[in-house]
Amino acid sequence: MTVSAVLPEVAATELEQTGQSKRHQREKRAGGRRSYGMFWCIVPFLVLVFLFSYFPLYGWIYALFDYKPALGLSGSEFVGLQWFEMLVSSPTQLAQIAQVLENTLAISFLGIATSVLPLAFAVFLNEVRTPWFRNAVQTLTTLPNFISWVLVYMIAFSLFSSSGLVNSILTDSGLITAPIKFLDTDQHVWLTMTLWSIWKGLGWGAIIYLAAIAGIDQSLYESARIDGAGRFQTMWYITVPQLMPTYLVLLLLSVANLLNNGMEQYFVFQNAFNKEHIQVLDLYVYNIGMTGNNLSMATAIGMLKSIISVVLLFTVNTIAKRVRGTSIV
Amino acid sequence: MTSVSTGVRRGRPGDMVFTIVNYAMFLLLVFLCAYPFYYLIINSVSANDVSALGDVRWLPVGFHLNNYKEVFQLDGLPMAAVVSVGRTVIGTAATVLASAFLGFMFTQSKMWGRRFWYRFVIVTMYFSAGLIPVFIIMKNLGLTNNFWVYVLPFIVQPFFIILVKTYVESMPESLQEAAEVDGANIVQTFFRIYLPNMTPILATVAIFSAVAQWNSFQDTLIYVTDQSLYTLQYLLYMFINQANSLAQAAQNAGGNLSSIVSAATSQTPTSIRMTVSVIVVLPIIFIYPLFQRFFVKGIMLGAVKG
Repeated sequence: MTVSAVLPEVAATELEQTGQSKRHQREKRAGGRRSYGMFWCIVPFLVLVFLFSYFPLYGWIYALFDYKPALGLSGSEFVGLQWFEMLVSSPTQLAQIAQVLENTLAISFLGIATSVLPLAFAVFLNEVRTPWFRNAVQTLTTLPNFISWVLVYMIAFSLFSSSGLVNSILTDSGLITAPIKFLDTDQHVWLTMTLWSIWKGLGWGAIIYLAAIAGIDQSLYESARIDGAGRFQTMWYITVPQLMPTYLVLLLLSVANLLNNGMEQYFVFQNAFNKEHIQVLDLYVYNIGMTGNNLSMATAIGMLKSIISVVLLFTVNTIAKRVRGTSIV
Repeated sequence: MTSVSTGVRRGRPGDMVFTIVNYAMFLLLVFLCAYPFYYLIINSVSANDVSALGDVRWLPVGFHLNNYKEVFQLDGLPMAAVVSVGRTVIGTAATVLASAFLGFMFTQSKMWGRRFWYRFVIVTMYFSAGLIPVFIIMKNLGLTNNFWVYVLPFIVQPFFIILVKTYVESMPESLQEAAEVDGANIVQTFFRIYLPNMTPILATVAIFSAVAQWNSFQDTLIYVTDQSLYTLQYLLYMFINQANSLAQAAQNAGGNLSSIVSAATSQTPTSIRMTVSVIVVLPIIFIYPLFQRFFVKGIMLGAVKG
C-alpha cells in the first residue's frame, strides 16, 4: 500500500497517545464482562492479517534451502547458512552487495537531507495571504503525489527522452546538436531519483506541516508582533520552532526506514545503462529473486533487511523516548 | 497594547519584495507540477507527427481525437480498464467497510482480548516478511493470476483502522448506550448508528484506498502473468518499454482505419503512450480536487491532536 511512507506512523503515534486516556476510562466502566461474540465478528479479518502478514514470516525458512519452486520445499535441498556465507565469502557477490548498500544509503541520505524542503514549503506558503492562490498552490502541487510511479516515469520519458520536450527545446535553440541522454545514463542517478521523489512528494509532504501550523497558538504571533518582530522573525522564531517536534518525528522515522526505499520508483526507471547505481536493496531482492529466479538468496537478503529495519526502528524509538519523552512506535 | 493589528507592518518595503518573490516562487512550483500533465493532454490531441518530435508545447497543434478512438482498439486495453476500475471499486468498498468495522470494534472494551488483537493488527505496519516469502505464500494460496490478489491483501489496513478508531472515540458514547437501551446488538449498532455518522473519515479512507488501488503496479508485476488481469498501469508500463513493436500493434489494431488516415493522425509510439497516460491520469485529475478537503481534514485529524 503506498498511501504514504511516513504519515501513518506519525499518526499512529500521536493517536495512540490520545486514545490512551479514553481507553482507560472505558475499560473501567466496562468492568469484568468480556464479550466473545464481538471477538468472533472480527476473526475473519484477523485471519487475513495472519495470512498476509504473519504467515509469510515462516517463509524465511526458504533462506536455509536451495529452493526450487517446481520441486517444492520438500524436494529442495537443505543448505543451512550457505546463502548467508555466500553473501560475504564470494568477492563478486560482496562487491555487488556493497554497491547495492551504497545506492540504498546514498538515496536514503539524500532523501533525509532534502526532508526540510516540505517544511520550508509550508512555512513560506503560510506567508501567502491570498486564499484562492494558497488553495490553488496546494491542490496543484499535491497532484503528483496521486499518480503512480509508472506515470511519473511516463512524464519523465516524454519530457527527457531523446525526442522529448527538453531535448527538442535545447536543439531548436541551438544549445546542443545531439540529444542529451537524461534517462539512459549512469551519471547522477542518485540525484535524479531524489529530484523525482521531491517532485512527487513535496506538496504532499507539506500538508502535515500546514496542519501543524494551523494548530499553532495565535497569541504567540500576537505577542511577537507587539515585541516588534518582523515577518522573518516570526517565521524563524515562532513558526519553525513550533514545527520542530513534527519534523523530528518524521526525521527519526526516515532513519528507521533507511533500508526501505521501496522498489517501484527504481524499477520503472531502471535500464541497462543505469543499473549499477539505481539498484537499491528492494529492487535488488526483486531482480535476483523474480528475474534471476534465485528465490533463496533473495529471501536471505530480504530477511536480513527486515531484521535490520526492525532493529533500527526500535533503536530510533528508544532515542525518541529519551530525547522527547514520547515514543514513535 | 492588545489592539495591535496584523496589518501594522504591511508598509515595509522589504515585505513587498518578499511577497513578490514568494508568490513568484510558488508560481514556478505550480508550473513545474502542473505543466507535465498539461503537456500530456495537449500532445494526446495533437497531430501525431508533430507531437512525436516534441514540438507541441503550449497549445494543441492540429487538434484531433483519433488517438482515443484507436487506443481503445488496442489489444487488451478495454480489458485492462475493466480490471482497473473493478479492483478500484471492489477493493475500495472492501477496505472502507473493513476499516470502519474494525475501527469501531476496537473501541469496544467489552470485546475479548481487544488490546491484544488491536496490537496484533497494528504492529504489521512495522514489519514485513519480504517480497519473496509473501510471493510464495500468495502462490500457495492460489492468488497468483487471480483477481482477488488485488483485493484481499489490502482489506485490513492498520493506518485506516487507527484513523477510524480515533474518530469513533471522539463521538459521544451516549450514541451507543442509546442503541443498546433500544435493544440493538453490536452489528446493528454499527450499521445503523455509527456507520452513517462516520462519513467524513470514511471519505478520507475511500479516496486513499481508491488512489492506491488505481495506481498499484507492483502487484500486477509480481503476481500476474495472465494478460486478461493486466491493469492500465501495467499496460502503460509495457507500452513505454515497447517502443517499436507498439506502432506496429496500432497499425494492426487500427486495420482498415490506418490505411486511409494521414500521417497527422496515424499512431506513433509517442501518441499511444501519451493517450494511455491521459486515460490513466484523468480520473485522478477530476476526482481528487473534489475530495481534497476531506483528506486534508483526515490528515489533520491524524497528525495534530484534536
